[in-house]
Amino acid sequence: MSDIQIVDAPPGVEGAGFFATSIDKVMGLARSYSLWPLPFATSCCGIEFMATMSPHYDLARFGAERLSFSPRQADLLMVMGTISKKMGPVLRQVYLQMAEPRWVLAMGACASSGGIFDTYSVLQGIDEIIPVDVYIPGCPPRPEAVIDGFMQIQKLVQTESLRRRDTPEYQKLLASYGIQ
Amino acid sequence: MGKITNEELLTSIKAKFEADVTEVSEPFGLLTFEISREKIIELLTFLKTDPKLQFIYLTDITAIHYPEREKPIGVIYHLHSLVNNVRVCIKVFVADGDVHMPTATVLWNGANWMERETYDFFGVVFDGHPDLRRILNVDDMTVFPMRKEYPLEDPNRVDKRDYFFGR
Repeated sequence: MSDIQIVDAPPGVEGAGFFATSIDKVMGLARSYSLWPLPFATSCCGIEFMATMSPHYDLARFGAERLSFSPRQADLLMVMGTISKKMGPVLRQVYLQMAEPRWVLAMGACASSGGIFDTYSVLQGIDEIIPVDVYIPGCPPRPEAVIDGFMQIQKLVQTESLRRRDTPEYQKLLASYGIQ
Repeated sequence: MGKITNEELLTSIKAKFEADVTEVSEPFGLLTFEISREKIIELLTFLKTDPKLQFIYLTDITAIHYPEREKPIGVIYHLHSLVNNVRVCIKVFVADGDVHMPTATVLWNGANWMERETYDFFGVVFDGHPDLRRILNVDDMTVFPMRKEYPLEDPNRVDKRDYFFGR
């Protein structure tokens, strides 16, 4: 046996020369191990994320090797750092330009709630303008916390049903943010 | 210390603006005085173009708010003579209902952004400014946040109470 660890196959029916399972499990598996993040980094959390990306913590192990600085092929919007009210429309535009399915991760106290910047000029959490899937607490969070948040996103991606984005609940959520 | 002492500087200013210069002081060795709004551009022009003084560098334009005073808003000019390595600080106070100042962009192009910032945070309107709009805050903001008119925190907020954070 080698030391190489391979992801377990999803539950399904196995036989000689074939393996049957549901399509959304396969899709979830494929998506979750090749998430392409779009790092929207504004401050210290961005620096911490750079440490997460670099060899010691190596986010690329999770299939997130290709950081997309364009919303074009990105699945996961990672918002890291203070988002001021003036930056809000920019962040929203980036989110709107991403194609479905898309996930959002708010890293650190500022992106999650405004953090220590309880001020007239700072957005008190990005969930005021875009829906958020996972929040990472910390100021700044350690790279381990970022990896944990990323793995939470992976769990969400794996368990998401294929039609979740068409459900009325999801449409209602987006409508509450004034999207479409 | 620069080549010109504060006494010499004050003498040459008073030779031209004797009646207008008030409240002269020297905090930390920086010559500071007040002058009326009508005379400020004349004074700045004199300081910049005088062949001996040569205050050619505008360090900063900013403002200050003393809510309890009769003239609460003060616009502050910091000039630096690069030639003589000496600085001066000039204050102009205006009444609350009439927060207007003549623009210094006629002398320094660098005054453009400084005045936009002063307008942004203190609501000082610089008459004659080529493009007076907010520079740092969002355009649709209606308040001037650096004025001492607002509580430091909205007393009705409940989203950051201690019990949410296990404190």
